[in-house]
Amino acid sequence: MGAASESVIEVRGLVNAFGGVVIHDHVDLDVMRGEVLAVVGGSGAGKSVLMRSIVGLNKPESGSIRVFGEETSGLEDEKLRDIELRWGVLFQDGALFSSMTVAENIQVPMHRYTAMTQALMDELAAMKIALVGLPEDTARKFPSELSGGMRKRAGLARALALEPELLFLDEPTAGLDPISAAHFDQLVRDLQKSLNLTVFMVTHDIDTLIATADRIAVLVDKKIRVGTIDTLRRDKNPWIHEYFSGPRGRAALGA
Amino acid sequence: MRNIAPKLRVDAPATLSAETRAGTFVVSAGGDWVVAEAPRLDRELHALQFGDAKDAAIDAGQIGLLDGTGAWLLLRTEERLKQAGKRVTRFDVPALYKPLLDTMAAADPHVTPGPHPHRSLQDILERIGRSTIGVLKQGYAMLSFLGQITVETIEAILAPRRELPFKALVHHIESTGVTALPIVGLLSFLLGVVIAYQGADQLKRFSSEILTINLLGVSILREIGVLITAIVVAGRSGSAFTAAIGTMRVNEEVDAMQTLGLNVAEVLVLPRVLGLVISLPLLTFYADVMAMIGGAVMCYFDLGITFPAFMRQLESAVTANTLLVGLIKAPVFAFIIGLVGCFEGLRVERSAESVGRLTTRSVVESIFLVIVFDAGFSILFSVLGV
Repeated sequence: MGAASESVIEVRGLVNAFGGVVIHDHVDLDVMRGEVLAVVGGSGAGKSVLMRSIVGLNKPESGSIRVFGEETSGLEDEKLRDIELRWGVLFQDGALFSSMTVAENIQVPMHRYTAMTQALMDELAAMKIALVGLPEDTARKFPSELSGGMRKRAGLARALALEPELLFLDEPTAGLDPISAAHFDQLVRDLQKSLNLTVFMVTHDIDTLIATADRIAVLVDKKIRVGTIDTLRRDKNPWIHEYFSGPRGRAALGA
Repeated sequence: MRNIAPKLRVDAPATLSAETRAGTFVVSAGGDWVVAEAPRLDRELHALQFGDAKDAAIDAGQIGLLDGTGAWLLLRTEERLKQAGKRVTRFDVPALYKPLLDTMAAADPHVTPGPHPHRSLQDILERIGRSTIGVLKQGYAMLSFLGQITVETIEAILAPRRELPFKALVHHIESTGVTALPIVGLLSFLLGVVIAYQGADQLKRFSSEILTINLLGVSILREIGVLITAIVVAGRSGSAFTAAIGTMRVNEEVDAMQTLGLNVAEVLVLPRVLGLVISLPLLTFYADVMAMIGGAVMCYFDLGITFPAFMRQLESAVTANTLLVGLIKAPVFAFIIGLVGCFEGLRVERSAESVGRLTTRSVVESIFLVIVFDAGFSILFSVLGV
């Protein structure tokens, strides 16, 4: 899938602190084109903060974040938006606009950034809805009429509206039953392969890691350790050891 | 005109051409078939004349970049060729994009949403009917809520099963009363100024400027003092009640209370309504005083009536009854505002949007009801000859 070693996201020396409490202490991270990178870590370890820093919702204390080779913090608004058009973000509960139908939600970015006719946008919205495995009549429903799992799928459809190269997922399977979660994992994997996506995923779910992740970044002690499941299982760090070798980890890994 | 600020990326513009070659209608695609090119490609594809060849082929082997939208456009073209009665003999895409095309085809993207709903006469009638029934249902629900709260209030006062939520009560008296002092004071001071000024302007023509004070005393104490206070409080506290209780509904806090065996009416509604019933009469009295001060200041500067002269005239113009007629309305208005605020808050569904909608509705409804009840009081007092 293209140049194998091209970094899509390059984080160097990232420092985040809230009210004097340091969350990230000079964190480095690379996300390669075409891979699924999952970020795991305990509650409060700063997984979501890391994602929010990369997409520009959170201003770090110091450090550099490059996305598609461009330093995001120094860019003027217009150039930053050019980059923003190349990524899609799925928030935890979908973050659909509650006053709009699902189809209208998907059409928001199309409306804003392309000159498509309404007919084409309707067709494309229907296509995205089918793509994420939602029934056809979801298009005309409002977010409040959908279940949590459906809202996530609809949020994914909106994130994919402008065919991004990079997809951010914040806890994609949190709050889903195991069957829906497994289906969602499969969906992410399928879409990632067929749409050639690079995926940056924040998760708690060890099953999701096994099903989807190529590499895993563990946030522990304000630093990041990157590896595959196999290398991280041998890591001596107590938290990482507990994570992969605790009862849930063992069950998921079938060991 | 839509503002299309940043550009979506296109490296090589998409190309599209069609021709009939040896009895086969061939659609050739090249360049980058990406979302940025979709509006133009869509137009060109719709403009294609399929000709009368029996066979058709799609040749997209020379495509550079293909994304989901582009792939779907190709599939739609195939579908339309089939619908036109042609046999699609060939569909070439670079091998790299085969999986993408398969995924898109499997997603069955042929469905198109139905036309946007039109408003016909029937729809309009249906809407009128629905909203009429909605209003009636709302009235019924509010009446039963009123009944429930009344019973709860009487029970809580006469036979307190548990201690009244005293802390919450004090908190609500503070947040609805004490913190409203600056805004209510300023507004009623200004109203006093305005009424004195307008009254003096008219009454000067009859050389009876002194009656400005009578006008001021009666109109402020009987009507305007309590009305302006009630309207400000409805906007400040009624909306705050709805928003606070509504947010608790969204967070399932209200449901949690019920499962913990807490009485929602007692915990959430009573302290708010009682707090308002206590603070609104006090605020009204304060507003009356501030408006009188405003009037006195205006009378001094505009008419040269000194403060002692103002007080003498005021004493002869109004009686204690005039003040009481105004103040007696305050607890009733407070009850209405508190009740509507809490009622609408408890009707919030599990969406953030409904918090905003019902907060607006709560303010409009409580101001409406306050004015309707004020008119009712006027009729009642004139019948009683107060």
